[in-house]
Amino acid sequence: MKLQRMNRRALTLGALAVSGALALTACGSDDTGKSNTDATTSSNSAIKCDNAKGQLQASGSSAQKNAIDAWVKAYTASCKGVQINYNPTGSGAGVTAFTQGQTAFAGSDSPLKPEEVTASKKACGGSQAIDLPMVGGPIAIGFHLSGVDSLTLDAATLAKIFDGKITKWDDEAIAKLNPSAKLPSTKIQAFHRSDESGTTDNFTKYLKAVAPSDWKYSGGKAWQAKGGQSAQGSSGLAQQVKQTEGAISYFELSYAADGISTVDLKTGAATPVKASVENATKAISTAKVAGTGKDLSLSLNYKPTEEGAYPLTLVTYEIVCEKGNKADTLPATKSFLTYIASEDGQKLLTDAKYAPIPDEIISKVRTTISSLS
Amino acid sequence: MDISTQNTEAPPPAPGPPVAAPTSASRGATRPGDRIFLGLSRGSGIFLLVIMAAIAAFLTYRAANAISKDHTNFLTTFEWNTNLEPASFGIAVLAFGTVVSAIIAMALAVPVSVGIALFITHYAPRRLGGPIAFVVDLLAAVPSIVYGLWGALVLVPHMDGLFGWLDHYFGWTGVFEWQGGAPRSMLTVGVLLAIMILPIITNVSREVFRQVPRMHEEAALALGATRWEVIRMSVLPFGRSGVISASMLGLGRALGETMAVATVLSPTFEINASLLDPGGGTFAQNIASKFSEATPLGQDALIASGLVLFVITLLVNGAARMIINRRKEYSGANA
Repeated sequence: MKLQRMNRRALTLGALAVSGALALTACGSDDTGKSNTDATTSSNSAIKCDNAKGQLQASGSSAQKNAIDAWVKAYTASCKGVQINYNPTGSGAGVTAFTQGQTAFAGSDSPLKPEEVTASKKACGGSQAIDLPMVGGPIAIGFHLSGVDSLTLDAATLAKIFDGKITKWDDEAIAKLNPSAKLPSTKIQAFHRSDESGTTDNFTKYLKAVAPSDWKYSGGKAWQAKGGQSAQGSSGLAQQVKQTEGAISYFELSYAADGISTVDLKTGAATPVKASVENATKAISTAKVAGTGKDLSLSLNYKPTEEGAYPLTLVTYEIVCEKGNKADTLPATKSFLTYIASEDGQKLLTDAKYAPIPDEIISKVRTTISSLS
Repeated sequence: MDISTQNTEAPPPAPGPPVAAPTSASRGATRPGDRIFLGLSRGSGIFLLVIMAAIAAFLTYRAANAISKDHTNFLTTFEWNTNLEPASFGIAVLAFGTVVSAIIAMALAVPVSVGIALFITHYAPRRLGGPIAFVVDLLAAVPSIVYGLWGALVLVPHMDGLFGWLDHYFGWTGVFEWQGGAPRSMLTVGVLLAIMILPIITNVSREVFRQVPRMHEEAALALGATRWEVIRMSVLPFGRSGVISASMLGLGRALGETMAVATVLSPTFEINASLLDPGGGTFAQNIASKFSEATPLGQDALIASGLVLFVITLLVNGAARMIINRRKEYSGANA
């Protein structure tokens, strides 16, 4: 009797919680959904479905989730026979699922490692997996400092801040880069990711490449420096920056949305560079293709001297088999990848605050996709 | 243990298993129903042991696999990086954080819970006790991720005042020293966990206090004891083992809590003497935040850390059981 009563209470509350959560998620998806819908209607005509149909399973990087969502929406509106399920499990899990033959393609924010290429041979029927750069994204450095709206930092200063060597906002190194700003003596609260993440990997790669004497850690998806504070996920970091005075952190530009100011990077160019979609594309265009054969993995140029090239960027790859893709999903995979690499597909990225891949590289991607078998 | 007691209750003079020996039907008749039921219950008991053994074997195998590839000491390393060549990870910080956050939670939750339970059973007028018990039940029904969200959005921003006060008056102890970082530390986690485990402890304690024999209380009252003396002399001693069991249930939840901790804590791989500065982490939180991007070795390492949590939980529960056994004379079974 008592138990029953308790169950009913639990049920009522559970129902409340569920509906609350639904209401919350509804709000959350609104922002991203809105920006995509107008683009969707215009780009439909360019999509070639060929004879693609069936279900396409894919998983991987969560950094490109919003881009994939926008693409899937536009694509499936034209190609009604195809259903695409992209599961943002994280790059590592995505690559594992792909090499085990569970998915048609994987999304990853770092190119395949040699051992992963070897592991892919089984799933690709003797051939191997290749990286196709598809989405670029600036990693913004967000900060929260009352009275300061714009801030310029260079890699060495960033490295010292995130390594706990610079602890006050009015430190000499920061003041020298920002002569006009009124810097308070607030304590710097540097936030990093508590989970393993490709964003951390790319951010520390940048610090290591540009300021090797100030950033002595080997890098990787797990944060290595001691001290500082941490939070879960890019959204968690953005949340902390928003509510903590003196905070600084790194996340994809799309998370810097409402009211978070971002740092301008002092690069080799004469003027500091703002974190923006166009500036990221400009920096990616100075990257070199590092992959051999059909593999198009990029080696980013972290020290560009071009004006307006924002070097702190992340490139996510779609990973497919060069040959030996599964026969029943190959038409759909090819057709979908052709669409996202097309001009219309790449144009969609800007709306979702991602950076399109520069022409020179994306045209190579298109050629490679057409040769997939 | 269950199986052995069942065996003794089966026909005692039987030389072998009673199912196989129909001749032992000397003491009353064994009808098919008895035999079927015995077989079923014995089978269930053995099945449980087999499942436990399988899980333990799997965990130990994967954990051993990871630890053999860890080039630093698994127990004392202040780092968790399975992607390094060679890998380096250790549970020192996690064990510290798990135990400390659970201790804070227990220290805050147990007295309050006992207070609420006593109030509901002995002080509150019937009209007030019911609704309070209902509200406490409601707390138990809130999913932990909701506590996490509430903690991150409401509790954390409001902890500044308490942290400043503690730092000002007790900062000299070192334990309550505050560098002025965001208040997402072990103390915040402890407070949140305390709120989460409060309903379990309160509910069970309330039931235990309600079962205090009426005679004990009336006898004490007849001797002229005040209400507080009745509680001290008859209710609390009678309920002690029950309250300890209730606390252990709560402790189990505090040790294993995942999402709420991951949302509220600012985990870093260092041990901080101060409870107010960010630092530390817990086993469950670490597994939750590292699992999605983990390599196969990383997963093995996380499983190894899970095994350590399992062992810690076993030790704590064993200790609690010993305490309860020592106070058996007060337990409800003998009353």
